[in-house]
Parts: sequence; C-alpha cells; structure tokens
Amino acid sequence: MPQLAGPTDPAADARWPDVKPRKGFFTDTSICIGCKACEVACKEWNHNPRDGDLELLRSSYDNSGALGASTWRHVAFIEQGRERIEEARATGRTLVDLGMPSVGAPAPGAPAATDQAPAGSAPAETTILDTPEFRWLISSDVCKHCTHAGCLDVCPTGALFRTEFGTVVVQADVCNGCGTCVAGCPFGVVERRTDGTAAPKAKRGERKGEQPDVPDLGVAHKCTLCYDRLIDDETPACAKTCPTTSIKFGDHADMVAVAKERVAQLHAQGRTEARLYGANELDGVGGTGSVFLLLDEPEVYGLPPDPRVPTADLPRMYKRAGLAAAGMVAAALISFLGGR
Amino acid sequence: MTTSEYDSVRPPEPAGRGRLNGKRRRRARMDGGDGSREMQMVPEPDFTSYYGRPVVKPAPWGPGIAGYLFLGGLAGGSAVLGAGAQLTGRAVLRRNCRLAALASVSLGAIALVQDLGRPERFLNMLRVIKVTSPMSLGSWILSAFSAGAGVAAVAEVDRVTGERLPLGPLRGVLHAVESPAGLEAAAFGPALAVYTAVLLGDTSTPTWNHAHNELPFVFVSSASLAAAGLAMVTTPVTETAPARKLAVLGVAGDLVATQVMRRRMDPVAAEPLHDGRSGALLRVSEALAVAGGIGTLLAGRRRGVAAAAGVALVAASALARFGIFEAGIRSAKDPRYTIEPQKRRLAARRAAGVTDDSITTAG
Repeated sequence: MPQLAGPTDPAADARWPDVKPRKGFFTDTSICIGCKACEVACKEWNHNPRDGDLELLRSSYDNSGALGASTWRHVAFIEQGRERIEEARATGRTLVDLGMPSVGAPAPGAPAATDQAPAGSAPAETTILDTPEFRWLISSDVCKHCTHAGCLDVCPTGALFRTEFGTVVVQADVCNGCGTCVAGCPFGVVERRTDGTAAPKAKRGERKGEQPDVPDLGVAHKCTLCYDRLIDDETPACAKTCPTTSIKFGDHADMVAVAKERVAQLHAQGRTEARLYGANELDGVGGTGSVFLLLDEPEVYGLPPDPRVPTADLPRMYKRAGLAAAGMVAAALISFLGGR
Repeated sequence: MTTSEYDSVRPPEPAGRGRLNGKRRRRARMDGGDGSREMQMVPEPDFTSYYGRPVVKPAPWGPGIAGYLFLGGLAGGSAVLGAGAQLTGRAVLRRNCRLAALASVSLGAIALVQDLGRPERFLNMLRVIKVTSPMSLGSWILSAFSAGAGVAAVAEVDRVTGERLPLGPLRGVLHAVESPAGLEAAAFGPALAVYTAVLLGDTSTPTWNHAHNELPFVFVSSASLAAAGLAMVTTPVTETAPARKLAVLGVAGDLVATQVMRRRMDPVAAEPLHDGRSGALLRVSEALAVAGGIGTLLAGRRRGVAAAAGVALVAASALARFGIFEAGIRSAKDPRYTIEPQKRRLAARRAAGVTDDSITTAG
C-alpha cells in the first residue's frame, strides 16, 4: 500500500520513474482584485462548458458559486464590516501566538521561531487598513492537488492519477462516473458533470442562450493544473493571465517559500489576519499543492478548517470491517451449531 | 455590520447571506425557535460559512445506491445462510437462500450500473485492483460473489424446473461445482455485506466519515437480520431455526452497534441520524427491527408470525440503509456538518498542545 498520510513527495510515492519537481500554485488573496480573468482563461483553455444558468447568486460579485465540474477556478467575494475584520485580526493573532512552527520545524510547543518576531512586535494595527469599517475578501479558489488526495485514493477505475509533477488529473475517457471521488474530496472540488438541466432551478429545455454540446458528460472533472501546458513547460492558464500576480505558479517548494515570505511581510505591517492555508505538510492531507494566503478563517472562504483525507483512516476501517465480517460468520456459526 | 452615514441610501438588503440555498437550514440554526426568519446580526460564534454553501460535495448518488447497500447486504447474508443450510442438509432453506442471493445481488448490480455517470463503462471497475479504493475492492468482491452465487442459484433453478434448462453436457459440471460455488459465495458474503460500510466511511461526507468505526458492525448486523428475515418469509419453519437465531443475533447487534455509533460520533455529525427524514427512517427501522426480533423470539415457530416478523426485518434493514444514506447526503449539503466538527477537533488538538498539524498556519 502506498503511503496514506504524512509528508511525502507524491510523484515519487506514485513510483514515477522520472519525477519532476512538484508544481503548485500560491494564491495570494491579499492582492486579488476580483477580475475573474483566471476563471475565464481556465474555461477557454480547458474548453469547459457553461456552468449553471447565468443567474445572479446574490453573493456579492460571485455568480459562479463554487468550484465544480466545469468551474475549475472560482473567485469568492466576501464583504465584511468592522466587527468581522477585527475578529479576523484576532484569530490571526491567536494563530501567531500559538507559536505554530513553520513547515518542517521540529517539535510542537517549541518557542516561536525568530522569523515570526516581526509579527509579535507589530506596530499599532488600526492604522494599517485604509478602510477599517469595510473590506472585500476576494480569493480565487482552485483544486488543492493534495499530497494525499482523497479523490485519487478512492477512484476505482484508475481514471484519476498522479502526474509526474505531483498533481492530480482525471482521465475523462477512463472515468465511468461512479462519483466516489466527489464524496472523497475533503474540499468539495471534483464533481461529476451534468448538462445542467438536472439542477433543481434549471428546467429542461429552458436554458438561456444557444449552447454547444457539453463534452464528457457524466464523468468527473476538476482542475488539471493545466497538465497539457505543464508538459510543454508552459504556465497554467489562470496564473498566466492573472494581472496582479495574485496567482503564482512554480515549483511547490518555491511557492511555499514565497508564501511564507509574504505572510511574514504582512505580519510585519501589522496585518495579523494574514495566514497561510495548505503550506503545512503535517496537516490532514499532507500539505496541498495549491497554497493560499487568506485574510480570515478558511471557512469564511468556503474552505474546510481542518480537512483530513479520509483514506488516512482506511487501514483502521479495513480492520474494523474484518472484525465485523468475522462477527457475522461467528453469528452464522452459532445459529447453525447452537443445538435444536 | 457597519453603520455609516450612507446606510440610509442603500437599497434594502436581501434576506440574508445564506439566501442562495440556505434558507431552511438557516432557520433551523439561526433563529431562537420562535419562527422568526430574521437573520441574526451576530453570527453564531463557532460557525461561519461562505453564503451557506456546502464545503464538501455530496456524492452524486441516487436512491439506487441506497438500494444497493440493502441488496448487497441481503445477498451476502443469504449466501452465508445458504451455505449453512447446504452444510447441515436443509434443502429448502438452501434453495431459497441461494435464489435470494442471486436475485438480490443481480438487482443490486443493476442499480449500481444504472447509477454510474457512464453506465456503458461499468467494466472499467475491473480495470485495476486498488486497495486504497473500497469501491475497487468492492467491485471485485461483488464479481467474485456473483460468480459463486450465480452457479449455485442456477443449479437450484435447474433442479426446481426438473432439469429443463438447456445445459446439455454442462449439467454434470454445474451440479459438480454447485457445492463449492455455494461455499465460495458464502466466503465472499460477509465481505459483500461489509465493504459498503468502508466505502461510506472512506469519504469526506461528514456523517458517514464520522461513523467509520462502527458502521461496519451496523452493516453486517443489518445484513444478517435482513437475510434471516427473508428466509423466514420464504421457508417453512421446520428449516428456519438457524435463520431465527441469526435474526435475533442480527437485531441485537444492530441495536447495540447503532447506539454505540451514535454515541461515539461527533454530536453535530450525528445529528442527521436523529432528526429530519433520515432520522425518521432510522427510527422506523429500529422499531421494525425490535418488533421483528421480538416476534421471532416469542413466536417464530408459527408460520404466520415468522413470515410477518421476516417482512418487518427485511423492511428494517432497507430503511436503515436508506436512512444512513440520506443522513450522509444531507450532512454534505450543509456546511455546518463539515465545519463545526472540524473546528472542534482542531480546537481539541490545540488544547492538548498539538499545534503543528493545522492546515492554517501563521507562517
């Protein structure tokens, strides 16, 4: 059995003979302007069909709703008032005060490393934001390309696979649409594609506008980290198009380093609400390939606060199942041998 | 929210952040039980979400999968019971169990294939053997089981029809391998009954995932009582003494395992097992199981009572599977079931001094 949890190089773990450096994103939400160019570039490059029925979702400027089979980049918009801003700053401060070690740092409870000193000695915080009574959180979400990917682990057909770049890709021509990966993903990323007419709000035959046929219906889809572009040494479409460099792309190790630098910089400015998401290889999914810098708790952005790849518990589940099956055999034996 | 001098010129706000698809949930969660639909100005302390939208996605599975959970268990249990009958010389029980096993596994397999996004590619399930995928192992278990159950059941059909099946020289072969086939199916029976519990547990669907320790015991118990119940319906009481015992053991196991499961689970993740439609299904299931068990225990030797108790047990198993299935789907659709238990376990680890394994870090 391959390694099911903990830090590892996923491509090597998948026994690629020629492991390439692991690739990943660093999405710095503090400089995202919500232009959604990433959503558009992703759709265009990957020929993804329209998602939903062009309805306004009443969620700020977010009308694509969530990541899904045909939406592989999703820009979230959150409007916050003074109270929430202060709460976010406080939770970020707690995180800093926990003395949470940087990735790879040794024991828990170790005193806060020196590189976190600027955060501790931050100047008066209230002077930092130009609008203390309102802010817009804008974050471009994407597949996390987990070190231990729940979707990949549970895929029964081998349609999902680990690439030589350490990313996770679905082969649409192999997938039979069993849907297990959809339930397996701790982040709610991968989805089985429908033509949209099955959605509760959209009635059959009432879709707006002329639409081309939806390709690869009934199978799972998600971000491939532009596998086709990676092979040609190209930057993924979303990162290439991002006008503010909010979406950065590169070797995963570099991305983590850049992310840490950036969060330290923000902390030094007194913005303790800044925090990293996915940069810790000791977390429940072994660290994510897509690292984020967030300005509030993850659940505010629709991200799980403590995701854990379900397969990490699989050996235990198999043991319990074996025990239960043995119990069933024992019950049958008792029933037949127990006299009368 | 903010108060500023420009507030008066703003258009009225929509009903709330959770408006998109969160209305019902929000009412249940946010108001004080007084029926007021007004959004609270202060969000609940432990729980915020992105416009009430789900964090994880529910499995795109229809009722066919819930039906399969039941039918797979019924088939597995029937094969075990059939093998017992085969080894102890109960010919009618053996025949009926073998037929039940094949019928239920066939219906279940059809339900599975129909639920695929691309049913024509169902054979891709046997493309690889993958231990990390309960669905993959389950497909192999289902195939191996079906082979044995099929041979054993066809042999019974051949016998019942007075050897009228057009088998030719294969008849000898069929009857030579039927006994081993029956035992082979029985060997895979418990695995068929239990793997679906691992399949559900090994997902990010909150209620299923949090139940992963006890779900296998619930599922084998449910399978045992269903198969025993069906045997009590189909077979005269003279041959069903073992089935009655298995039924009682199954009911006992089911009640205990379900209780333990509910108690050990995160209280929020367990909620869908208690309330709503899924909770109601499980309550009815429990009542039917108790009724069936008591009926079996007290008057199982009377044909009428045995049959009625058997029906109750089969129904109890079916409802339990549908209840657990629906509870999981519901838990995935509401971000609360994902976020609250996760926040709680993260806080618990931090309180215990483990601060190095959070996905959110300060640097």
